Amino acid sequence: MDAVLLVATVVKVTVIVLAMVSLVPILTWVERRGSGIIQLRLGPNRVGPFGLFQPLADGIKFFFKEDIVPPFVHRPTYVLAPGISLCAAILALAVLPLAGSFEVAGRTIPAAIADVDAGVLLLLAASGLGVYGILVAGWSSNNKYSLMGGLRSSSQMISYELGLSLAVISVLVFCGTLRPVEIVEKQAAGLWNVVFLPVGFLVLLVAGFAETNRLPFDLPEAESELVGGYHTEYSSMKFSMFFMAEYVNMIVSAALLVTLFLGGYSVPAFIRGPLGLTGNLLAAAELLSFALKVGFFLWFFVWVRWTLPRFRFDQLMGIGWKVLVPLGFLNIAWAAFLVAVLGVTP
Amino acid sequence: MQVDPGAVLVLSAILFAIGIFGVISRRGAVVLLMGVELMLNAGNLALVAAARVTPAGGELGAMGGQVLAFLVLAVAAAEAAVGLALVIALFRHKGSVDVDLARMLRW
Amino acid sequence: MIPLAALFPLAIALPRIAFWGLAAVAVLAALGVVLHRNPVVEALFLVVVLLAVAGIYALMHAWFLAVLQVIVYAGAIVVLVTFVIMLLNLGPEARGGPGVLTVVLGALLALGLAGLVGRAAAGFGPRAAGAAWNPQFGRVAAMGKALFGAWFWPFEVVSLALLAALVGAVVVAKRRLEE
Repeated sequence: MDAVLLVATVVKVTVIVLAMVSLVPILTWVERRGSGIIQLRLGPNRVGPFGLFQPLADGIKFFFKEDIVPPFVHRPTYVLAPGISLCAAILALAVLPLAGSFEVAGRTIPAAIADVDAGVLLLLAASGLGVYGILVAGWSSNNKYSLMGGLRSSSQMISYELGLSLAVISVLVFCGTLRPVEIVEKQAAGLWNVVFLPVGFLVLLVAGFAETNRLPFDLPEAESELVGGYHTEYSSMKFSMFFMAEYVNMIVSAALLVTLFLGGYSVPAFIRGPLGLTGNLLAAAELLSFALKVGFFLWFFVWVRWTLPRFRFDQLMGIGWKVLVPLGFLNIAWAAFLVAVLGVTP
Repeated sequence: MQVDPGAVLVLSAILFAIGIFGVISRRGAVVLLMGVELMLNAGNLALVAAARVTPAGGELGAMGGQVLAFLVLAVAAAEAAVGLALVIALFRHKGSVDVDLARMLRW
Repeated sequence: MIPLAALFPLAIALPRIAFWGLAAVAVLAALGVVLHRNPVVEALFLVVVLLAVAGIYALMHAWFLAVLQVIVYAGAIVVLVTFVIMLLNLGPEARGGPGVLTVVLGALLALGLAGLVGRAAAGFGPRAAGAAWNPQFGRVAAMGKALFGAWFWPFEVVSLALLAALVGAVVVAKRRLEE
């Protein structure tokens, strides 16, 4: 057990968790201003320039709101559920590499918290555990609408987990490795995976929307149908924990998409070469590149939310099972064909 | 070795015993299933502990123990699915999942 | 490379402490599964057991199996169990807990089994010390090679078993049209 590695890991965990959790208020601001732009109205513009302090105001509001726990709920699980959602969401951040390796005090330290052998699978495990938060929230609220919302939402998440896993598997077959760092390095040396596996990219994109319960797949929390879905009976901080879990899930989905298909943190060669980026400067450039790519997809999430209508639940399940799963399988076969028959290497 | 495989084996025995206790003393069909899952997990734990002490060129091959545990995992999944389908069918016929109600071989 | 044990001598026992911690969590949660009255809480306790066992797998360097345990067992099977509980709206069990006789017999059984296994496990020590360390123990690549190499036929048969279970579950649970 290496002391320097331990300290580095603790620092990485603190930095990444704090960064992601503080990215959530910025995302809410982007969502509200972005929706305003798309709907041809002003978003929040009172609190600070361009409404930039609106998330701060929202946070203060959440802190001071009365935390109502209805008397008819099952208290232990009611209190536990938002925690499960948030913990599973943040756990998924552990395997995503934000940059290449940094060199500190003569040692190279990878930028992912957990650079383990079974890399991407940890992310699938964490998103599988996130289902419990919603399921238990829906059940413990002791309320028809919550239960329906919880059951719908978790069955949606499980169905689309299949599509997600199949898309991920096609990349694993193509790149021959489970570790995200190696997947990114292979893409840096050649072309981005989206060029070879476009269908997989689309499958992962759609499944990412459904996994995070975002429009057009957000029927489980649709206000017009189910009051609030699984978070009907929640107020103040517990509700905001669900909210945060949803946004962190969004970040994780976008980061997974970028890492697997769009070259992750790698800076394209035609930029890297002329600027002569090496060492820690390269790592910083890679961090910026990752942030830009993920930022674009977060904006895409917001854009789609305010553009498309939502799917009915049976249409939603139909897409998950009848469209994404067969496409996913075909994509795996295509990836295998590329590697085994055509001998294409990333 | 950092973790004592003997201790893991004892843990698996205790979990197995708790699983059997659950299956014997509870009446709800879903709890029985959970007890069975506990037993299967205990078995898997014993398999992995044994795989830990098996030298690399053993009879089952280098990865035999873990592959066996993986296959047990898959079979447990299959068995849980079928078991739950049976629970649903039981509930539909008897109105409750109490296994003491399923006394006769035909409905 | 500064070994942690040089700075903090107790660190050498960290895996052992972690193991005992996880073992205690697993046993307590397993007792929660079989003794609690509410099915959903029991399912959550089962998830805790599964996660603790996955942690023990990871401590024994079987990482692939640990991750698979979480994905398949904790993330799919117990979710299915929880779904069924919620769909059937199962409340707490009507009858009281197990009687005294059952608890005593159960405890005797557990202790007896643990004792038997403990005696068998005593032989693990010396053999473990001299066993050849398999450097590829938990590696995904080694697991893949084994699954698609020597263990190919069992792998395919298990896939067929899963398919049969899938079809069987749908057939058994389907609502008959004449009812």
